[in-house]
Amino acid sequence: MAGFDKVVGSYEEAMAGLDNGMTVIAGGFGLCGIPENLIAQIKRMRVRDLTIVSNNCGIDGFGLGILLEDKQIRKMISSYVGENALFERQLLEGEIEVELTPQGTLAEKMRAGGAGIPAFYTATGYGTPVAEGKEVREFNGRPHILEQSIRGDFAIVKGWKADRYGNVVYRHTAQNFNPMAATAGKITVVEVEEIVEPGELDPTQIHTPGIYVDRLIQGTFEKRIEQRTVRSA
Amino acid sequence: MALSREQIAKRVARELKDGYYVNLGIGIPTLVANYVPEGMEVMLQSENGLLGMGPFPTEAELDADMINAGKQTVTTLPGASIFSSAESFAMIRGGHVDLTVLGAFEVDVQGNIASWMIPGKLVKGMGGAMDLVAGADNIIVTMTHASKSGESKLLEKCTLPLTGAGCIKKVLTDLAWLEIENGAFVLKERAPGVSVEEIVAKTAGRLVVPDHVPEMTF
Repeated sequence: MAGFDKVVGSYEEAMAGLDNGMTVIAGGFGLCGIPENLIAQIKRMRVRDLTIVSNNCGIDGFGLGILLEDKQIRKMISSYVGENALFERQLLEGEIEVELTPQGTLAEKMRAGGAGIPAFYTATGYGTPVAEGKEVREFNGRPHILEQSIRGDFAIVKGWKADRYGNVVYRHTAQNFNPMAATAGKITVVEVEEIVEPGELDPTQIHTPGIYVDRLIQGTFEKRIEQRTVRSA
Repeated sequence: MALSREQIAKRVARELKDGYYVNLGIGIPTLVANYVPEGMEVMLQSENGLLGMGPFPTEAELDADMINAGKQTVTTLPGASIFSSAESFAMIRGGHVDLTVLGAFEVDVQGNIASWMIPGKLVKGMGGAMDLVAGADNIIVTMTHASKSGESKLLEKCTLPLTGAGCIKKVLTDLAWLEIENGAFVLKERAPGVSVEEIVAKTAGRLVVPDHVPEMTF
């Protein structure tokens, strides 16, 4: 690696340094836009006691769901954790902890974390179980709760294309949480479908500027569909 | 007769206005998209990061990278935009969405809503519901008026953990259209063939019944 070239040669190198007890922020919504090969690498590394920050926890046998198989996750910070029988069992047996967080608050926690903002007030969750133990302050006559931002030891991100400098473009709704996750990792690892040379991507169309990206790798993706809904042609 | 799912969607659709940006929750609210009045343009927002959602794709159009907030494969319409989750919730929390339609377990006379958690049952999460109810000014809750055993879901005070406090003003049940004003439900319309007496009997929270309660027509 030299200069701004972020490309690494293997998934081992991409996730090197990940250790037991670390916090990992993951992009993706359901199974859409998830860093599936980076997740598989975490499984191979057999690291444990991870805190995973992700909107969802995959499904049985795919996505983050595979990290449940060897009980690698200690805590999930998510907005919705249905669709996953193994997760339910581990939750009921007290083997995993979950911090349910409203989806917009979760996105903002990542965004603020990446932007160096330690906490923010929001009306979301006031008067609900989410507000328990949180500071309340009134603005414009309306109560708001104080939410702390999130940073991760690692952020794992799935992009569509990137140049070698780590400028990333996402495809369709596979964007979702990925741009915020990319800003919030001490080490941000991005996997993409295609790596191109600097200058090939239009600078005005970059979603994640390379400054946020530490490691970049090209992979192949299964892209499993969670709810296949079609109409007749 | 209590309203069917389709009739609930049709009644909600009458609240649409030309040029509205609308977020429809999972379930009955999704059906509202089928009843947008002729000649009217509305744009559907999906909180995973899509404005201008189109119908389900054909087999040929199917794309794993193109889904809605229910994780179903969808398409975009001309003029659509796609963005991050933070941008999506900036629209929602910033009050830019004109109408939000979602379901609930309970609502009460203070405009509180409970829709995500039943203690003792496995909690799967609130998704974007707390952001939607806190961020939107114009919300329609669609729900059944009472449980199958006849217990009212329109209460003086919600019994379940809340999704949002003091944020609901309009409720459409299978029996009635109600608005929440000054700590009471106000009965605005009743479903065809449903008597005021039945609605009174099935509403546990304080209910104001005007002299004339028009019957919905379809």
